Amino acid sequence: MLWDALSLQLGYNATLVAIGATLLGVSAGVTGTFLFLRKRALVSDAISHATLPGVCLAFMALVAFGGDGRNLIGLLAGSAISAWIGLLCMNWLTRRTRLAEDAAIGAVLSVFFGFGIVLLTVIQTMGVGRQAGLEGFLLGSTAGMLWADALIIAIGGAATLVLVMIIRRPMTMVAFDPEYAAARGLPVHRIDLAMMGLVMAVTVVGLKIVGLILIVALLIIPPVTARFWTDRSDRVVLLAGLTGGLAGYLGAALSASAPNLPTGPIIVLVSFGFFALSLLFAPVRGVLAAVLQHLKFQRRVHIRQGLLALAQGQKIYEPLTLRLLKRAGLARADGVATEAGKARAAKALRDEKRWEFVRADQAHEATAALYDGLRDIETVLTRDQIAEIDRLIGGPQEIRP
Amino acid sequence: MNGEEFVPLSLTPLLIGIFAAVACALPGNFLVLRKQALIGDAISHVVLPGIVVAFLLTGAISTWPMMLGAAGAAIVAVVMIEAIRRLGQIEPGAAMGVVFTTMFAGGVLLLEQTDTSTVHLDVEHALYGNLESLIWLDAVGWSSLLELTALAGLPPELPRIALTLVGVILFIWLFWRPLKISTFDEGFARTIGIRTGALGMALVIVAAISAVAAFDAVGSIIVIAMFICPPAAARMMTNRLETQITWSVIFASVSAISGYVLAGYGPLWVGGADAVSAAGMIATMSGLILACAALWGPCRTRAGAPQAT
Repeated sequence: MLWDALSLQLGYNATLVAIGATLLGVSAGVTGTFLFLRKRALVSDAISHATLPGVCLAFMALVAFGGDGRNLIGLLAGSAISAWIGLLCMNWLTRRTRLAEDAAIGAVLSVFFGFGIVLLTVIQTMGVGRQAGLEGFLLGSTAGMLWADALIIAIGGAATLVLVMIIRRPMTMVAFDPEYAAARGLPVHRIDLAMMGLVMAVTVVGLKIVGLILIVALLIIPPVTARFWTDRSDRVVLLAGLTGGLAGYLGAALSASAPNLPTGPIIVLVSFGFFALSLLFAPVRGVLAAVLQHLKFQRRVHIRQGLLALAQGQKIYEPLTLRLLKRAGLARADGVATEAGKARAAKALRDEKRWEFVRADQAHEATAALYDGLRDIETVLTRDQIAEIDRLIGGPQEIRP
Repeated sequence: MNGEEFVPLSLTPLLIGIFAAVACALPGNFLVLRKQALIGDAISHVVLPGIVVAFLLTGAISTWPMMLGAAGAAIVAVVMIEAIRRLGQIEPGAAMGVVFTTMFAGGVLLLEQTDTSTVHLDVEHALYGNLESLIWLDAVGWSSLLELTALAGLPPELPRIALTLVGVILFIWLFWRPLKISTFDEGFARTIGIRTGALGMALVIVAAISAVAAFDAVGSIIVIAMFICPPAAARMMTNRLETQITWSVIFASVSAISGYVLAGYGPLWVGGADAVSAAGMIATMSGLILACAALWGPCRTRAGAPQAT
């Protein structure tokens, strides 16, 4: 059943939804990346909630003029207008008043959404039996998706992608260093607005599939996921688009494969799955990589300290140190050094002495800054320099147990 | 309007609305100043999976398990946000966005998967509450306020939210000095021995408790609005924290009262037949108050900020 869904064999509607969700995932992931890099991820929350009054007003207007209240283009246009107004309100609050951005986001989000709910109840009391689809915009409803709806989503998503490609360089610059961008003569404020406008476009396009509350997830989670895998912004954009699209596709397929699996939430949960995997297993930035790194570091510290103790004839009490030395063949189980251990220990002690000399000498100041108790001195000084230091220290001496 | 009509039908929802608004606005003052205003937003989203899980475990709509579930979900969310922020080195806003959307999606999925058709539990209800239905049927007039038998029939939400409000006031009153100092200068607070980490966590927990209690009565949209709008509007009125809190309480009460009245009677005045959502109207009114404060408030601009034209 799931395989049928994945290979788009599950009927017309399921196929439409899967294609639409994939496109939406790609454009949301790509657009959301710039928002995330600009550290304004939650702005999307305000924008998406601010669409509700527009949807309601557009519905009322459509009904008032005798049209079909569920005309998707009309509703989307309404939602875009009110989201834009919300965006301008938020921008004005942050720029012209003392409110911080988070307060402005919360204020716009709650007030617009509250007003939207008032309008929803007004529509319910208008007594038109056709409002049934309107609640679907809260959480998305894909059951009745039409060819025309899918087409609107596809065109909207593609247009957003093209726009992102055109202005990606200034957006990247503003995201990383707005002061520098301003100094280069870029209109930072306008680029920010363009970025928000793109987010708004994605939100509006996604209303039908995932609904206004969950579209935020598609804008935030894929970029955060992609950020784990690379440090280059263009690759983050690509990866975010990829994971977003994959999440959209898998989520739509999963939700079509069984009853009672709403599309929007499933897509969000699938992309959270990708996020969790990346958080745990990504190289360098992942939790597993960090744990391994830490264990490796811990091992090196223990071996180093153990060798110094052996060289100075001290008994080793720490069981982990003893175990590590034994495994490396440097010591026996009773804590007595092997031949290899004695050689390494003598070298460790000598290196420590060399470092001591380096750190005391002003001429080696830059080298001394590299001292962390673990670094081999050969990696920072040339052989001649070490020989020079050795000459000053004097030859090796026997250590009496 | 006479007491016979007002007391049973409007007094309790009005009081619950005011108490909920004030209980959220009080901690909201500190959250807005600490730039953590969106905690309220996150909490009100994650409450949904909490109550759904509580419903699945107990199999009934009863208040205490649901409140516990909601509080549990709020704590899980706070811990998860913190864990993701630290482990993944992600900025707090994005970490918050990841967590609350995922938990909300999980809540919606659970709700769809379980058979809740027999009980009154749905997403819309969670979002905009049901303030209008909290009526006091046992009352016959103002005199009922003194009759024990009638008082026993009060909607249970009223004492609960009143208790929460008292708790919030007590918390702020007890920890006033450390709260104020650590809000404005965390470094200084730490040097004089205030445990700012624990205090910040306590503030978030108090906010979560008031959010859950208010959510139970009035739905999540009021919670977000009241955490942010009245304190933000009050911030434009004054530079003193004490005055700001007073203003925020006034603004919260005014929006609760005017929102409830407008929702209940506004449509009748303009010729409509039915009332509109009180929760949505209260949020809208608080937004209008904020807009007025942002346009004309005496302290609306940043001190020393250049006046852009």
